[in-house]
Amino acid sequence: MSKWKEKIAGSQLWRSIFRHGAPDTRRNRIMLVLDNVFLHLHPARLRRYGLRLSHTWCMGGITWLLFVILTITGVLLMFYYHPSKGAAYQDIKFLKYDIPFGPFLRNMHRWGAHLMVITVMLHMLRVFLTGSYRPPREFNWVIGVLLLVLTFLLSFTGYLLTDDQLGFWAVTVGTNMARSAPVIGHEGPLGKELGMNKFNDIRYAILGEGEVAGNALLRAYIWHCIALPLILIVFAFVHFWRVRRDGGISDPL
Amino acid sequence: MVFFYAIAIRRMIAFDRGNDVDERDKDMVLTYPYLLRIEFLIAIAVIIVLIVWSITIDAPLEEEANPSLTPNPAKVPWYFVGLQEMLVYFDPWIAGVMLPVLIIIGLMVIPYLDFNTRAIGAYSFRHRKLAVMIFSFGFFLWVLLIAIGTFCRGPGWLWFWPWQQWNPHKVMIETNINWSQLFGITGKASSSVFGGLTVLLYYSAWWIAPYLWVKKKQGKFIENLGHMRYALFIFLLASMAGLPVKMFLRLCFNVKYVWTTPWFNI
Repeated sequence: MSKWKEKIAGSQLWRSIFRHGAPDTRRNRIMLVLDNVFLHLHPARLRRYGLRLSHTWCMGGITWLLFVILTITGVLLMFYYHPSKGAAYQDIKFLKYDIPFGPFLRNMHRWGAHLMVITVMLHMLRVFLTGSYRPPREFNWVIGVLLLVLTFLLSFTGYLLTDDQLGFWAVTVGTNMARSAPVIGHEGPLGKELGMNKFNDIRYAILGEGEVAGNALLRAYIWHCIALPLILIVFAFVHFWRVRRDGGISDPL
Repeated sequence: MVFFYAIAIRRMIAFDRGNDVDERDKDMVLTYPYLLRIEFLIAIAVIIVLIVWSITIDAPLEEEANPSLTPNPAKVPWYFVGLQEMLVYFDPWIAGVMLPVLIIIGLMVIPYLDFNTRAIGAYSFRHRKLAVMIFSFGFFLWVLLIAIGTFCRGPGWLWFWPWQQWNPHKVMIETNINWSQLFGITGKASSSVFGGLTVLLYYSAWWIAPYLWVKKKQGKFIENLGHMRYALFIFLLASMAGLPVKMFLRLCFNVKYVWTTPWFNI
């Protein structure tokens, strides 16, 4: 048996894919982390207190894991969805009642999204309580706040995509607040004086029209599926890079 | 939130007593297997929780969007319900635009306002009293607003205790008054001036009080912070404290506006 193992593990095919041996020596354990594109986000070694769950709560990692899960379930959902009035709602019903594992897929995406909002807030709480935003980590905190806002926006744009009463009116209330923005909203302070009206203010720009209708749905779809995830990934990479660059999990002493 | 605060408080007490970190904690350990093992287990736990949650509870789906039928109440998603609740106390341009922007900016400037060098990377209360108290207050206020908006608001955005049945025909006879009317001032211009003075007095009181406190304690807090940062800090703190003040005035005294002008009302 072990002869076969040696034969396979010694073959060119195997050695071209797995470039170091099994991680049972110190060298191989280090190489496993450094040589792997997914794992090399981690340092090869870290301080022992960084392992303690009561220190980090693992919230940052959980948030990123949820984002990956949401991306995968989101892409799968996209196969069944047309972002136009009339079709969108029927597609969701189709998912709920006709497609095998449709309800499961949709639920994973929905509850994963809510869970991600919760974990990102808990991550912010943890980073604050450990004071891990002190120099040199100040700007990483700012990027973290940006990621928080992007998470909220992702969740909000996704809310409209079902085109049901819940989503439609939630977005109506939300965008109606935009028309009250000072200066750039047509119902806000100084808006009228500057010539803002229903068809040229910030709310119009967000919705693509005067009401929450087909254009708004399409824009929410593009923001939710393409623009916001791309922006979030860029900032997330900066966030992760800065954590490593600034010395990993913050030192208590 | 209670669970994680409990963990944090336990760690804070341990650190402040001096028996939180022992010498072994500073050792370097290999990422594989120790960190990756923990991460792997947590990832599996999260995925299992998500799967069980998704199998047992269905995501909500109501009837198709109908622009001519408004649900009563029409609520935004739970993480924004706090903002919607703020609409009771402030006009939309404040509750929906100014306050969220101030919250985001306020969060972003925290590292630049906090120059306390003690207890970095550790949970501590004794060395970070002010910071922990202010942040916890803000966090708790945010959660409170979400709780009120989710559980205590029914049709017409009227107050319903969680155990009360929602009655869409409930009528509340409430006459809202303005702050200046509480003091018997009724003219438009004089109300405007009175309101403006009140707001000015409020922010000034917040600005001056710490100066007197620091002087009494003979500390160097404001000196070290610098006047610009101090002014920003007090502005943000006073604005955040203004929310529960306004909530109190509105819920108990039916005060709608503290300051009325022809262009905006606060």
